[in-house]
Amino acid sequence: MLEVKNISFCHGQNKTLKDVTFHVDPGELVCVLGPNGCGKTTLLKNILGLLKPSCGSILIDGKDVHKLSPQKLAQLMGYIPQNHTPPFPYKVSEVVLMGRTPYLTSLAMPDKKDLDIAYDSLKKLNITHLKDKIYTKISGGERQMVLIARALAQEPKILIMDEPTSSLDFGKQNLVLEHVRMLSQKGISILMVTHDPAHALFCADKVITMKQGRILKIGNAQDVVSEDMLKYIYDMDVKIDKVKLPDERIICVCIPIPKLSEESINI
Amino acid sequence: MHSSMKKLIMFLILIAVFIFSLVIGRYNISIVEIVSTIYNHYAGVTGSNMDTVIFNIRLPRIFAGMLVGAALATAGAAYQGMFKNPLVSPDMLGASAGAGFGACLAIFMSQSALVIQIMAFIFGLAAVLIAYLINVKLDYEPTLGLVLGGILVSTLFSSATGAIKYFADANDKLPAITFWLMGSLSSISSKDILMIIIPMIIGFTALFLVRWKLNVLAFGEEEARTLGIDPRKLRLIVIFASTLITASSVSICGMVGWIGLVIPHLARAIVGPDYRNLLPVTFVLGSTYLLLIDDIARCLGTVEIPLGILTALMGVPFFILIFKQNVRGWK
Repeated sequence: MLEVKNISFCHGQNKTLKDVTFHVDPGELVCVLGPNGCGKTTLLKNILGLLKPSCGSILIDGKDVHKLSPQKLAQLMGYIPQNHTPPFPYKVSEVVLMGRTPYLTSLAMPDKKDLDIAYDSLKKLNITHLKDKIYTKISGGERQMVLIARALAQEPKILIMDEPTSSLDFGKQNLVLEHVRMLSQKGISILMVTHDPAHALFCADKVITMKQGRILKIGNAQDVVSEDMLKYIYDMDVKIDKVKLPDERIICVCIPIPKLSEESINI
Repeated sequence: MHSSMKKLIMFLILIAVFIFSLVIGRYNISIVEIVSTIYNHYAGVTGSNMDTVIFNIRLPRIFAGMLVGAALATAGAAYQGMFKNPLVSPDMLGASAGAGFGACLAIFMSQSALVIQIMAFIFGLAAVLIAYLINVKLDYEPTLGLVLGGILVSTLFSSATGAIKYFADANDKLPAITFWLMGSLSSISSKDILMIIIPMIIGFTALFLVRWKLNVLAFGEEEARTLGIDPRKLRLIVIFASTLITASSVSICGMVGWIGLVIPHLARAIVGPDYRNLLPVTFVLGSTYLLLIDDIARCLGTVEIPLGILTALMGVPFFILIFKQNVRGWK
């Protein structure tokens, strides 16, 4: 599906990505974990065709991302940015309809078929009630769902998400993640950058950890997200524990361990 | 109300204002007389006073007002989307400042009205080209770079205009320059309209064809690209088209501010920000607005009031009103 082969990226003198290689299979949900400034966002921008890698290649369905036109690329790849507010108060239905842009011939307007597809993507996420609301006035969590719906309207094979849960409240984070997992179960590949290791444990099929532009480890969530790995990435002690729910399900939690402060040492 | 209904109503208002503008003036003509004069004109009877007033004075002036109002408003709406900023107007990239300089230079060199018009048009295009090249050279974040380029070019050309005014003959050139810069439709003839009609049609057509994509561009450079748009190409089309229609406008009627800022907001308050509806509505509202303003300009006093002064005087309170009332148009 998506193959990233030995890419490096230089920003001026700094090499922000060093020989990054991985792949995402069809229907697979891959999470990228790493500290701020480790090159996660640069990696996404390279994959999205916004930045050109200094060397290496990125293939989607065997085709080089940087040789496809923006239109062709947008038919294969949907992007869900971090929560944001545009300067104009578009209606939710209009925002989702914009996901149909890659399928329009250069001067055409969206037609009935596009409207139907946009409505279907709202339906898939159970947010048809937002249809006529003003995008700038709904809550952050709802906006994030609308952006996912817009990406679905692109009918992409792979979704790229840049910290889709940042700036959402505690409850909404899980809601969005559940929908993300549901999408991958329906066969869409997903590459998601996240800040929270618990999110990776919660939904990822495969986790990639990065630091200083290099990939540290790739593997399934339980193997990669370990206490040692988190300590190495984030430079602090982390305790990972399993919690058994009343209905027998097991959930992993990551707890950052605060350093003993000087006051408590004095006592 | 459905947006096509709103569009129809606004179009009807424009027609009403059009007829109103034909009727009123220093020389009062009733609707019946207008109809009979127009009928006679096409039946071959010309040369009467009525015929001259309608066909040589009022109709050209009305059409010019409508075109210029539509042009400035549409270009403003397009720029606001492209710059992702609701406070942008069509002179952002220096088109007006450049055109103003071109015209002043031509007046300074005692050129004919035709040369003044052509110089204004060419310098308007040149100013935007320079702003664009500054942006390319700076290699900065594209929209900010354009704004910066526009500010630099505008400053450059308005200081040059100031210099010309300083050296101009205070008895005859300076008043001519000052009057031109304040904007007026008083000396419009049908030849002027023929001069600008082709660049106007090209500009309007281009903007109307890309109006869906303007929605996507309003979400920012990177998102537009991930939605399958080449932002660089689209920006170039929008800048080229907007500059064509802005420079054409300024070349026939001088500097008329505020329309490009105010009207898109009014339109957004009525039909929302979707450019599929916003652009046609902005077009019609811009026409109606400038037509009304020009009616005031020519009928209010014994001496014509310069258009630029009126649009600014009306524009400021009007803007505050829209700004306060507008729930849908702003955030």
